Parts: sequence; structure tokens; C-alpha cells
Amino acid sequence: METQGSKTQGLETRGRTMLAKIWDQHVIARISDDTDLLHIDRHLLHDLGGSRGLLDLKSRNLPVHNPELTFATPDHAISSAHGRAGTSKTGLELLEGLRAETSASGIAMFDIDEPGQGIVHVIGPELGLSLPGCLIVCGDSHTCTHGGLGALAFGIGSSELTHVLATQALIQRRPKAMRVKFEGRMSSGVTPKDLILALIGHVGAAGGTGYAVEYAGSAIREMGVEGRFTICNLSIELGAKMGMIAPDEKTYDYVRGRRYAPKAEMWERAVAAWRQLPSDTDAVFDREVVIDVAKIIPQITWGISPEHVIGVDGHVPRPAEITDPARRTAIETAIEYMGLKPGAPIMGTPVDWVFIGSCTNSRLSDLRAAAAIAHGRRVAPGVRAWVVPGSETVKREAVAEGLDKLFMEAGFEWREPGCSMCLAANGEVVAPGQRSVSTSNRNFIGRQGPRARTHLASPAMAAAAAISGAIADVRTMER
Amino acid sequence: MPKPFTKLSAIAAPIMRGNIDTDVIIRIERLVGTSIRGTLGKWAFGSLRYLPDGAENPEFILNREPYRNAEVLITGPNFGCGSSREGAVWSLQEMGIRAIIGSGFGDIFFANCFQNGILPIVVDKHIVDGLAMEVEHSQGAGRVAIDLEEQTITSPSGKVHRFEIDPRRRAGLLKGLDEIALTLQRDAEIRAFQAADRKDRLWIHFARDNA
Repeated sequence: METQGSKTQGLETRGRTMLAKIWDQHVIARISDDTDLLHIDRHLLHDLGGSRGLLDLKSRNLPVHNPELTFATPDHAISSAHGRAGTSKTGLELLEGLRAETSASGIAMFDIDEPGQGIVHVIGPELGLSLPGCLIVCGDSHTCTHGGLGALAFGIGSSELTHVLATQALIQRRPKAMRVKFEGRMSSGVTPKDLILALIGHVGAAGGTGYAVEYAGSAIREMGVEGRFTICNLSIELGAKMGMIAPDEKTYDYVRGRRYAPKAEMWERAVAAWRQLPSDTDAVFDREVVIDVAKIIPQITWGISPEHVIGVDGHVPRPAEITDPARRTAIETAIEYMGLKPGAPIMGTPVDWVFIGSCTNSRLSDLRAAAAIAHGRRVAPGVRAWVVPGSETVKREAVAEGLDKLFMEAGFEWREPGCSMCLAANGEVVAPGQRSVSTSNRNFIGRQGPRARTHLASPAMAAAAAISGAIADVRTMER
Repeated sequence: MPKPFTKLSAIAAPIMRGNIDTDVIIRIERLVGTSIRGTLGKWAFGSLRYLPDGAENPEFILNREPYRNAEVLITGPNFGCGSSREGAVWSLQEMGIRAIIGSGFGDIFFANCFQNGILPIVVDKHIVDGLAMEVEHSQGAGRVAIDLEEQTITSPSGKVHRFEIDPRRRAGLLKGLDEIALTLQRDAEIRAFQAADRKDRLWIHFARDNA
């Protein structure tokens, strides 16, 4: 990976990390001591950058090297309204461009209203395209999500995207290896989102820069695969462009039978190979962090970086108590932007918007967790609350369970799958100065719209905020 | 194909707040469109650079003389964290930025810089802070010189700091190399890898047949 003082990994005689095993399996050629030309197994395209990359390639008179390893879906710029009403002119141009260019290149595209369409990081695993041991790239930083299956997956920029289209390969510097062990049992009201937010609070938004992070420990082993996607999804928010979790029986149960997953004899061969992937017991990591899960309570961000996170019973920091001047200024800027008071309890802060969705938290288990809180209650007056399922398939499964009705009866709006208000590329924004509790991944300045104020939390916490009209402790609302 | 980068002596603007993310560098709505290149320079740092009514924010450093003409940014920790949007680099490039000095960058942003002929330089935080202080002391008049061949930064007062850079990246910038053309020279190796891998990991290569 492209950083900043990275070193090659341990000696050959030592146990190997999962990172090293998957990496080495993809080396086409060694470029230098710590840099390799890697084979890309899966390249996922979306509407925001997909057609641009394909057109870039065309302008160079180059064909797509392996269209059969490239898959596309629109998610970023399409409206999440029924019938996709209100998709912008530029959004429609990007969608049309993706259709035309994927079709011309023989790339499979999962289009609107088809099973398979959805947020690219939801559909990859859902379709069985993302597999353990796979090397996956996509022009989106949350590609680390797919690491939840034991894949090596990372986000790339536009130039690298064109490079992959042209060569099915990428030159990368090997990252350092970091292991985070989440040990212990999650308390009531605590979800995978709370674990990963707590970790970011602990190590900081640059704590993982230059590393690929492997998440391990008893809480990860106990966790369902969808929760593991949430954990890996936020790797980039601690600076690590790759995050991964060793595949196990839960992983194989998840992958088995999916549309593009191997079948029959090929399945047996694949699983046998995947069983070799987990880090050896004597593997050495460049950095290790252990988190005591039992101490974590539901988390909520108060500021403008995911590292600005506290337990729901916590308080907005007091800049006056911070000695480092740069840090003090940063905290002051964040408090001012967020319209909060130093030292105030975060609980009870009134909210205008609730967004349940995004590649972080829009899978069926996320919607069920939010629904369990919303069931039989009403969204508070003055609050707009959206539920945007992560994919067409998630949507259909949720509808089959009656979750759409449950949410609508509680006063939530039930929408069509896509990225929607996570990054507001489709014009779906939180109004200036308004406050949102969001299950997404970034509380950056203006992320959900100019001057919008975002608090990141789990789906259950978001539902609790919608019902309460204010930031609330989900533990007091569980039945 | 990126333009070569060899050396530079230029106005440098310190933007020292930590964790300046790529959403802050360029807002997403500026990137929704089919032909955005060349339109982004005026939107770089939009939420810091302009007031809600669209007027320039006179407080923001890049709206002040002489920083308006900066070609170098001196940045706080973790500059360019967040989204992979290469539009962040394009917008900086279109406003004239050619090099960025900091104690650490977002990994994807860092890689995107090289793809566009922009030099991101990682040096210890005390060097970054020292450069920022010297520049501010000279009210921006003091130039920062960067020599990629020699791998040095020279501060306005003449202090010389050596920096490290991946030799491959250095060569790429010095010559303005096109990475795609270089990799395509290895296409026989790529195809040989794939031919062997198809026998080994069928589930990767024949996924569409499974569907």
C-alpha cells in the first residue's frame, strides 16, 4: 500500500498473517522489495466513477482486460425515492453512461429494480461475487467492507480504476499488519457499530494509516457475517484502507448457494483453499490492540471526525481542559460546527433527521435491529426518519418480513436502495444547520449536505433517536 | 499522463487542522457529472473558502495574499483522509497546488496524488510545524523550495530537510511516467498468471458460469 514508511512483513520462517497469505497469492510480479503487481479478482463499478473510467479507457484505445471479472451497479447518484423520482440530470447521465459503457464492454450490470442492484458493498457479498481470499477493488473507500468475508479489499481512485480496467492488475506497496482483538461479550444494546466506533475513538482517525487491520477475538468469532461487514466497513475511518476477518463456518454458511458463488465440486475445492487463509497462530503483527468489549456501551459521535466519539452517557468535551493547542482548536472547531455546548450531555440533544442506511448499516439484520425499537412506537413530531435498504434483495426480504409496514406505521419513510443520504451525491441532503443521527460512516463537515450536522450511531440507536426526537440511550427502550 | 515534477520554489500555505478529509477538499456534488475535469479548482475547500451566501471567506488562508498563489500546502496530520475521490486531488491541482507537505496522509489520497503528478511529502511533525511557523512569520512571503532529485525541502530561512520517498514513485514523478503503459508492458506476465490461476482458483475466473 502507498504509505508512508511501510515495511515488508516478517521472516519467511515465522507464521504468516492472513494478509500475507492472500497478498502473496495475488503477486504477478515483484516490482521492488515492498511493492508488487497484484492480480485483481473482482473489480466493482458504480455510477459515480464507472462510466468515467470506461470512457477514459476508450479514449486510450484500450479494451477492458477482463470484463468477466468486472461487475457494475448504480448506487451513488440515483434517487432513493419511489420510481427513482428526482434523480438529477447529471445523475441520470451517469446512469445512462454506466449502462451504455458496461454493455459495450460486456460487463454485467445489476440495474435498478433488479435483484442484484444496491450499494456496491452490499451486493458484492450478497451475490457471492465477493469471496474469502479474493482480492477486490472498487473506486470507493468503503471497499474494505468486503474484508468481512476474509477478502483483501480496498478502495482506489479514478486513475487506479482505469489501470485495473486496462490491466486487471494494480501496483501496490505491502501494508503493515495490525490486529485488533475484540474480547468478551457485547452488553445489551451494543452492536458491531458500537465496537468499531469505540475502536476509532481509542486509536484515532489515523490510528490504522499504513496498515491492513485484521479483526479477531471472541466477539468477532461470535458475530454474524453482516456485523463483520459493519466492522470492516469502518476500517477506512481509522485510516486503514483494508480490514479483514478470518473466514470460518459462519462465513461459509453465508456464502454457500449465493448466485455467483462456486457450486458442487468447485465449492468443496474453494472451501478447502479458504480454510488455509486464517493467520497462523504464531503470525507476528506490526501492531496489536486489544479491546475489552464488555466495557463498551452504545456509542455516538459528537463532532466532525469519527474519532470524535463517546458513550451515549458521555458529554461534549470541554476545550478549556485540553492542553495541546492544536487539539484544543480542533475540538473547538468541531463543537462550533456541530452547534453543541462544551461539557453538555450528548443525550437529549434534539434531532431533525434520522437516516438508517448506507454500506455500513443497511443489511437485513440492521433493519431488524432498528425495527425492534420502532415497533409499536411513533417517530417524534418534527423528525424526518428514512430507512434506505442496502439492496433490492434486502428490500424484498424486509418487505417479506413486513418491516416496510412496521417502519411506515411508526412514521418512518421506506425508500429504494442506494447510498442516498450517506454522502448526499444524489441531492438527498440534511438541510443547513439541521442535525441528523445517521447509521452511515462519516460525520465530516458537510457530508450529509452543506452545514449539516451528523451524529453516527448504530441502527438501534438511530431508531431510538427518531422515536425520542433527541439522542437517546437505546438501552432504556429495549423490550 | 502526469506532468513531470522536478523542483519547485513557491508560496506555501499552512492548513494545519488535523483530519482534513476529502469531503472538505471537494464536495460530492461537484463530482456528480460526466465532464468535471477543469471545473473543480474554484470549488477546492469550498466549505471553508466560501461563506453561506457564496462570497469568499476572508478568514480562509487561500483567500488571502500571497497565499492565494500558493503552489505548496503545509498540512496538519491525516490530511486527505476519508473518501477515495480523486476529484480531491484534481481540485487542488486545478487551483495550482503541486506539492503537499505533512506528517501523514490518508492512504488513498496519497496514492492519488502520485497518479496526477502531485508530490505528497511525509516528514516528521516538528519539521511540518517549523515550516508552517517560518511561513507564517514571513506572512507568506518566504518561499518553500522542494527538490525531488535531491529529496530536500528548503525552508524560507534556508534550513534544509531531507525527505524519504518510494524510489519508484520518485522516478515516476521525475519522468511523468504513465503507469498503465508501464503495466501493459508486463501483459504477458499478467496473462501467464491468469492462465495458471484459472486451473487453481476456478471460482474466481468462472463466476459468471456459476450464476
